Amino acid sequence: MSAVTTPRTDAPAAPAAPQQDSAWSRWANKHRKWLFAAPAMTFVAVLIVFPVAWTGYLSLTDAEGSVRAESEFIGFQNYLDVLTDTDRFWPAVWRTVLFTGVVLFFEVVLGMAIALLLWRPFCGEKWVRVAILLPLVATPVAVGMMWRLIFDPNIGMANQLLGWVGVGPQPWLAGQHSALPTTMFIDVWQWTPMVVLILLAGLTSLSDEPQEAARIDGASTWQRFRHVTLPLLMPTVIVAILLRGIDALKTFDILYATKGRGGGSFHEVETLNVYAYGLSFDYNDYGVSSTVLIIFFLIIIGVMWALTYRKKGLGR
Amino acid sequence: MTPSKPYRVFRTSALVLVVFTLMAPLLWMITASFKTNVDIYDTAKAFVFSPSLKNYETVLQQADYLQFIGNSLWVAFAATVLSLLLGVPAAYSMSRFTMKRSALVVLMARVIPGVSLLVPWYYVFSNLKLVGGFTVLILSHMFVSLPLIVYIMMGYFDGLPTELEEAALVDGLTHIGAFRRITLPLSVPGVATAGILSFIFSWNNFMFALVLSDSDTKTLPVAIFDFVGYASIDWGGLMAAATVVTLPIMLIALFVQKYVVSGLTAGATKG
Repeated sequence: MSAVTTPRTDAPAAPAAPQQDSAWSRWANKHRKWLFAAPAMTFVAVLIVFPVAWTGYLSLTDAEGSVRAESEFIGFQNYLDVLTDTDRFWPAVWRTVLFTGVVLFFEVVLGMAIALLLWRPFCGEKWVRVAILLPLVATPVAVGMMWRLIFDPNIGMANQLLGWVGVGPQPWLAGQHSALPTTMFIDVWQWTPMVVLILLAGLTSLSDEPQEAARIDGASTWQRFRHVTLPLLMPTVIVAILLRGIDALKTFDILYATKGRGGGSFHEVETLNVYAYGLSFDYNDYGVSSTVLIIFFLIIIGVMWALTYRKKGLGR
Repeated sequence: MTPSKPYRVFRTSALVLVVFTLMAPLLWMITASFKTNVDIYDTAKAFVFSPSLKNYETVLQQADYLQFIGNSLWVAFAATVLSLLLGVPAAYSMSRFTMKRSALVVLMARVIPGVSLLVPWYYVFSNLKLVGGFTVLILSHMFVSLPLIVYIMMGYFDGLPTELEEAALVDGLTHIGAFRRITLPLSVPGVATAGILSFIFSWNNFMFALVLSDSDTKTLPVAIFDFVGYASIDWGGLMAAATVVTLPIMLIALFVQKYVVSGLTAGATKG
């Protein structure tokens, strides 16, 4: 009798280890959802939500100069000033839209073409993948400096190459009208690989059967791409456009590294992000800069909303 | 079906062109970093020149780049580790309890322009006399790392079956115990992916350090930017500096290529 009830000393550990019965452990396990999420959420609240709210407040004041200076609440005066500013603000909006639209177009078209070329396995694939990865992880500021040398009007390789095929030298980054297209080229060079990687991930996840079916039905290569691959890949294309679009709108490093403050002496590459940066940290005009940022933020949200809305529409 | 021969010829030539376009500028930058400025200005010596290490001497010895390398390493490392500590459990909660709205708030950080955070940060931190210190730099880089880690890890946890955790609960582990002893060890590839990407993005970050660092704490991208003086540019030195910042990160990315690619494309194919 006693032999049965006496616990065996060499028995495996009881299901519940002692520390698991403590009040703290029970409390922690019960509230693990928030216990796990709370530190990150607090960080986000303190360093992101609060600053955005403050930007909103600053945009309604005349804060400028020193960060310790008194500022006054002036209502929507900044918004009125900014939205009627055809000298710096609207050109910056236009450049932001143009820059984003052009680089997105080239990155998606080229990215799709390269992804399709890489879709089926072949020898040497490894090397192509390495080449695709390198621009993507290179430091954007260094990339900007690298292209500054290549596009230098006097000593750059770009003009030398043009010379060999009999074309005269171009001003590239130094030209008032050629600077923005040149920075677009640099952005396309660096970020097309991102689109390639995303689309390639999408392509490899597609099943082969619809392709085979279309082939048996006699569809040409183009027809198969247009009516089978592209529709199936569309959700991934939208994701690529969304991710690249947000980053393209916010492009800063390449523009600042190649043209410096104010986007060059004629503000030729001054996008909203560069403009807002300059207002804040070159001119310390915090009120107006916050206004520009809030408007910029609304533009980004609007673009994102439009794209995700379209994504849902396509999914139906 | 194997592709037809004309297509294979077309594909090979097209891909050679792609690889050349992507690689040539980088190789050109590295080449120029071994040239003296006289050789850089002499277009006849584009390919034939006598390599010199003088630029690297300038950069590493005179321009204090060893210190900036240290700064960049420290900031990227600290921001990554802290973001992993905060981000991995949070991503777990958000994945297992489908906390859609909380996740959205964290992911909004990917959308907000960095400048709009810099202004308030600059206000607060300069009043606290923290601008120029490592604390602020690391905190600001966590703004980039944390959402990235949460985003990657949420996708990773979504893909892990819950059965293993349930089995662990039956065997007497608590929920937290199951996370620590079962889920976390299974998530090592995901954590590696998130950590590597976070490190790369922090290493490459320019704007935050441009505002929040001073001459002792500045990171490599800012140091490169400062290399361009108002007078003529020391192209050789600049290219050596650019190589010093990009080459390590490119080599790391090559070694862990699989992780980098899976991190960059995380969540892209879920539709």
